[in-house]
Amino acid sequence: MPKKSYRQAINEALRQEMERDERVIIMGEDIAGGMGAPGEDDAWGGPLGITKGLMTQFGRERVLDTPITESGFIGAAVGAAATGLRPVAELMFVDFMGVCFDQIFNQAAKFKYMFGGKAVTPLTIRTMYGAGFRAASQHSQCLYPLFTHIPGLKVALPSNAYEAKGLLIQAIRDDDPVMFFEHKAMYDDEWEVPDEPYAIPFGEAAVTREGDDVTIVAFGRMVNMANEAADNLAKQGVSCTVVDPRTTSPLDRDTILETAEETGRVVVVDEAHPRCNMATDVAALVGQEIFGALKAPVRMVTAPHCPVPFSPALEDLYIPNAAKIEAAVHEVMSGVHARAAE
Amino acid sequence: MQLSRDDLLNAYKRMRLIREFEDALHEEFSAGNIPGFVHLYAGEEASGVGVCMHLDDRDAIASTHRGHGHCIAKGCDERAMMSEIYGRADGLCGGKGGSMHIADLSKGMMGANGIVGGGPPLICGAALSAKQRKTGGVAVAFVGDGASNQGTTFESYNLAKVWNLPAIFVVEDNGYAEATASAWSVSGSQAKRAAGFDIPAIEVDGHDFFAVWEAAREAIERAREGGGPTLIHCRLNRYYGHFEGDAVTYKAPGEVEKVKAEKDCLMLFRQRVTEAGLLDAEALDQADREAKARIDQCLSEAKAAPAPTEAALLTDVYTSAY
Ligand SMILES: Cc1ncc(C[n+]2csc(CCOP(=O)(O)OP(=O)(O)O)c2C)c(N)n1
Ligand SMILES: [Mg+2]
Repeated sequence: MPKKSYRQAINEALRQEMERDERVIIMGEDIAGGMGAPGEDDAWGGPLGITKGLMTQFGRERVLDTPITESGFIGAAVGAAATGLRPVAELMFVDFMGVCFDQIFNQAAKFKYMFGGKAVTPLTIRTMYGAGFRAASQHSQCLYPLFTHIPGLKVALPSNAYEAKGLLIQAIRDDDPVMFFEHKAMYDDEWEVPDEPYAIPFGEAAVTREGDDVTIVAFGRMVNMANEAADNLAKQGVSCTVVDPRTTSPLDRDTILETAEETGRVVVVDEAHPRCNMATDVAALVGQEIFGALKAPVRMVTAPHCPVPFSPALEDLYIPNAAKIEAAVHEVMSGVHARAAE
Repeated sequence: MQLSRDDLLNAYKRMRLIREFEDALHEEFSAGNIPGFVHLYAGEEASGVGVCMHLDDRDAIASTHRGHGHCIAKGCDERAMMSEIYGRADGLCGGKGGSMHIADLSKGMMGANGIVGGGPPLICGAALSAKQRKTGGVAVAFVGDGASNQGTTFESYNLAKVWNLPAIFVVEDNGYAEATASAWSVSGSQAKRAAGFDIPAIEVDGHDFFAVWEAAREAIERAREGGGPTLIHCRLNRYYGHFEGDAVTYKAPGEVEKVKAEKDCLMLFRQRVTEAGLLDAEALDQADREAKARIDQCLSEAKAAPAPTEAALLTDVYTSAY
C-alpha cells in the first residue's frame, strides 16, 4: 500500500469528496492564498500547505479564501450547511475558537434539537491542535474536551494518516456538525493510506497493540506515544493493549470497557489539561462500569494545569511522552497507589 | 508641539534599533537558532515610533503578533526581549511567552498578541481605566489590515465612540494579511469605516515618520482632552515574509525592493533631517553603529543565558493562592 503523510491524506480526502459531491465546498484563511495579490495564486494552500492544489482543481467558487473574520465565516459555513451545502471550514488553530465559538456550540450544535429534529447541518470544521511547535500559549492548546462536552457535535481525533483520510471522509459525509482535529506535529508522519476513498465509522476504536497486563487508552497524537511506550514495555516483559478511540464524541465505550476488563489495569493518556478532559472522562467511565474488575486505580497521564509555555525547555516538560506513560504503567503494575500530585 | 533635535535623534535611534533587531532575528531564524513563530516588523518602524513618541508610562498600547517594533517603541528592554525570543529564563516574560507574547505592563505595553483582533477590545478597557482613574492616559491599539476585518475591531470602534474613550486605533495596513491582499479583503476603506462610527480618521503614508508623528499628535491630543477616539490609517510595507519561513510568492517580483529603494522610512527620515540641517549625517551614522553594537550584545547575551528550569513550569498560573 502507498505511504502518505498526514498532510497528503487530508488533502486527498478533501479532493476525493469534492470530486464526488459538488455540494462540498471548503473555506478558510489563505487555504489557497494570493487573493487580490499580484503574485502567485494558490500561494499558500493553507498556512501549512494542507489544501495546496485544491483551488487550481476546483476553482475559487468552491475553494473560498476568507478575510480574517472567524465569527463571520465559520457562522457562514454553519448557515450554508443548514441550507444545502456540505462545507468544510478551516479554523486555522483551534485556539481561535474563542472568536467564533458561538456559531459552533450555540448555533450548529443545537439546530437539530432546538428545531425539533427539522434541521440537518452537515458541517465539518478542520482545525489544528496540540503542543510541540514552540507556538506558545495561544497556538498550542488541545481544547477537544470543550467540544466533546457539547451535545450535537461530533469530534474526531485521527492519530495517523490512515485515520485522517478515513475519518475526514466520514466527517464530510456525516449529516451532523463534526470538529476534525489535526495535530500540527503530525503532518509529515507517513502511514499506509489506500488510494481509493474510504470512510472510518465514528465511535469505533482501533486497538493498536494487544496485551494482557495493562490497557492504555490514548487520544490523537498520544496514541503514537502510547504505542512507543507499549513497545518499550514489551521488552521489559509488560504487555499492554493500546486503544485509540479515534473519536471522542461518539466514544467507543464498549472497546474501552472490554479491554480494560481483560487487563484490569488502565492508564489514560491525554495531551489536554488534567481537569475535565478525556482522561477524566475515561477514568470515570471505567470506575463506574467495571470497578470490580480493576486491580489498581486508573492512572492518568496528561499535560499539567498551566498554559502551554513557549520556552522549549518548558514545553518539553509540558507534553506527555512515552517515558511518562511507561512510568504510569509501572505504577499500576506495582500496585503503588500514590496520591496524584496536582 | 515641535520635535527638538534630541527628539529627532531619539526617534531615529528607536527606528534603527528596531530595524537592527529584526534584521538580526531574520538571520538567526534562517540559521535555525530561534524556535516557534516569528513575525518581523522591519519596514514599518515609522508607525510604531511615530505613535509611541507621544506616549508615556501611563498610556497603554496593545500590539499584534508583529509586536517587536511596538515593544521597543514603547520602551520595553530590548535585551530582555531578545532573551524572551530565545525562550530564556531572563526573558521579559521568563521565556513563557516568546515572540508572540512579549509584554511589559509597567511600560504600558499590554502585550503582543497571538489572536488577530485581540487588541482593540483590550485598549477600550485600558482607555476606560485611564478615564475613570483620571490618569490623563490614553490607549492605542495597533491593528493590521487583516485584523481590521475582525468583529472585535468593529465592536471596539463602536464601544470607544459610545463611551467616548481616549482610544486610538492605528491601522497598520501593510497591504497583506498573510498571503491575502488588503485590496481584496477590506471592503470600503478604513476611513469610511471610521466615519460609519462617527470617529474621525486620518490617512497617512506610514513610511513617513513625520506624517505619522503629526497624525498621532492630533489624535492623542484629542483623546487626552476628552474628545474621544480617532482612527489612523497608516499605509506601509513589511520587508520580510508574513512569518519567518514564508516564501512570499504572492507579492510581485521586485515589489519589496522597490519600496526599500524609494520609501524606506529610515532613508526618508535621514534625507529629511539632513536636508533641513536638523541633524548631521555623522550623528545618524553614529546612531547606526550604536544600534548594531547594542543588538550584537543583546544577541550574544541572550544566547548565553540559561533556559528556565522545571520549577518555572507551574508558577504564574494564578495570582492568589490556588
Ligand atoms: C483569530 C486569529 N485568526 C487567524 C490568525 C492567524 N494569523 C496570524 S497573523 C494573520 C494575518 C494578520 O494580518 P494583518 O492583521 O494584516 O497583520 P500583519 O501580519 O500584516 O502585520 C493571521 C491570519 C490568528 N493568529 N488569530
Ligand atoms: Mg497586514
